Amino acid sequence: MKGGIRTTGIPSKEELEASPGYPSAKALVTKPMVVIECVQDIPCNPCEAICPNGAIFVGHPITQLPVFYPERCDACGRCIPLCPGQAIFGVDMTYASDKAAVSFPYEFLPLPNKGDVVQGVNRAGEVVCDAKVLRVQRPKSFDHTAVITVAVPKDLAMEVRSMRRLPRA
Amino acid sequence: MRIEDHPILGKAEWGRKITLIVDGEPIEAFEGEPIAAALIAAGHRVFHYTTKRNEPRGVFCALGRCTDCVMTVDGQINVRTCVTPARDGMVVKTQIGLGQWEDLQVCGEKEE
Amino acid sequence: MGRTEIAVVGAGPAGLAAAIEAARAGAQVTLIDENERPGGQLFKQIHKFFGSEAHRAGTRGVQIGRDLLKEAQDAGVEIRLNTVVYGLFAHHCLGLVCGDHTEDLQAEIIILATGASENALAFPGWTLPGVMGAGAAQTLINIHRALPGYRVLMVGAGNVGLIVAYQLLQAGAEVVAVVESLPCIGGYGVHASKVRRAGVPILTAHTIVRAEGENGVERAVIAQVDENCQPISGTEQNLDVDTICLAVGLSPLAELAWMAGCQFTYIPTLGGWVPVHDQDMQTSLTGIYVTGDLTGIEEASTAMEEGRLAGLAAAETLGYLAPEEGERKKAQVRELLATLRIGSFGEGRAVAKGQIVKARCEA
Repeated sequence: MKGGIRTTGIPSKEELEASPGYPSAKALVTKPMVVIECVQDIPCNPCEAICPNGAIFVGHPITQLPVFYPERCDACGRCIPLCPGQAIFGVDMTYASDKAAVSFPYEFLPLPNKGDVVQGVNRAGEVVCDAKVLRVQRPKSFDHTAVITVAVPKDLAMEVRSMRRLPRA
Repeated sequence: MRIEDHPILGKAEWGRKITLIVDGEPIEAFEGEPIAAALIAAGHRVFHYTTKRNEPRGVFCALGRCTDCVMTVDGQINVRTCVTPARDGMVVKTQIGLGQWEDLQVCGEKEE
Repeated sequence: MGRTEIAVVGAGPAGLAAAIEAARAGAQVTLIDENERPGGQLFKQIHKFFGSEAHRAGTRGVQIGRDLLKEAQDAGVEIRLNTVVYGLFAHHCLGLVCGDHTEDLQAEIIILATGASENALAFPGWTLPGVMGAGAAQTLINIHRALPGYRVLMVGAGNVGLIVAYQLLQAGAEVVAVVESLPCIGGYGVHASKVRRAGVPILTAHTIVRAEGENGVERAVIAQVDENCQPISGTEQNLDVDTICLAVGLSPLAELAWMAGCQFTYIPTLGGWVPVHDQDMQTSLTGIYVTGDLTGIEEASTAMEEGRLAGLAAAETLGYLAPEEGERKKAQVRELLATLRIGSFGEGRAVAKGQIVKARCEA
């Protein structure tokens, strides 16, 4: 029980790479797609149901980790706000030559505005870069979960998973 | 502090604003909310002092089971403030030990 | 003396689900709750639930609560609020206190769905204002919109501790740390990840040693613990906090079942003493059913399914469901329950629930 999600609350690199929801580095550079960081066998499958392209398979029993098919993903992002564990993220390595666009679920106030520069944090909540806000989505269908897309240095695309919370008014 | 805007619960829709008289001082409350909620929101967190050792007590369970939140309300001792709705003009006192029965009141007005 | 066909005590998810099923089948149902609003703990659960579509996965607890309430009203359930059931006496007679008067209610069948209460953890300074149950903090922030403090220490990294820590952040507090005495995190990893991403440290193999302050919490002293859960001297740290939340487990509220003379069994993983029941949720006493967290600490989804099971069984017993239809519907619910009790988090509970039914059958 050394490192990993059970002792730190953060999935280790090994746990992520072993998860069938985590796309390979090779697949990631081909097009925008989601990254499913689901590493525990919790009974749960809304991601499978919401994907319009059949890119996510859970099957039965519903404790099975979601299997992600990158070739079928069109990065619509519907799964990102829906995952009850907030374990799904969007990564677009094709965004720019030196930057990637990362999308993450966010349930705090205040929300940033498009164009703001926020601080990108990693899975441990540590600030790793500045991140320009490209998009903030919070339609009614997301049921109060915002999805924020930020531009980050490409080598941090698989590190940045949220932003430092902004001070309240 | 009151949570006016909340990422999931949205903007607060408060009921009628009323006043509680707490140890002689007015404290704002909303009609019908538990007395304890108004006190906590106002930063008031000592609700009574224990009988033997005179130690401060405040909210612990917040749903009416532990009695840590009891105060003397409108003359009545041992009122569980976390489950008692606030009414305009209620006289609320930090209870010392077992407290003291006073002439019972209804929202500060003496009962006939 | 009032009379009803089915009395359901407790209007949380289990009680509501039981009342809905029984009323839909045609029974006269009286649902009783001591609070001024039904829903139990549901209205505090502002996060999205797990499970499958049948379990309303992806829906927030508050919305499920609203839906259940509407279904209960539509089904014609009589809901009595601000009413305490203080006793369960002979001949299925319930003693009620409502306001300043008492009354008796006789029911043909009683379904107890009284839930659970938070455990306390005693340490020097634990009685200071500012030390409270995690559920208490949750009630204050999510129901009453009152922030109990600005800088919080959360004790316990089970699901309650992790979820409430996250909700405290949403409410505008800072969570300075989560401490967990075990060497690993007991709650779902995803709940822990949300909190870690927000910058909150989770310190496993740590515990609170004492709380300090004059008229309220001003600081907490934590320390690392050894494999026997004993603080290791020299590892004490002071934390600048004004609130300490205790998320150290729940225990079933089983007084009424105890009083009635139901048989109990002791299962630590489910919270301690639990009333035994059969596959239909009936206790060792004919006509008295139990359901939800009262029968073992699980979660809202299992509470709802168990409630449905008890409601169906009660309605069938009274003849409102033909045996075939009753069995078919109950089997469907048991199937749904089974899908919630699998995987590393669920299989222990499946085993424990099996022990309960076995104890009942051996009674």
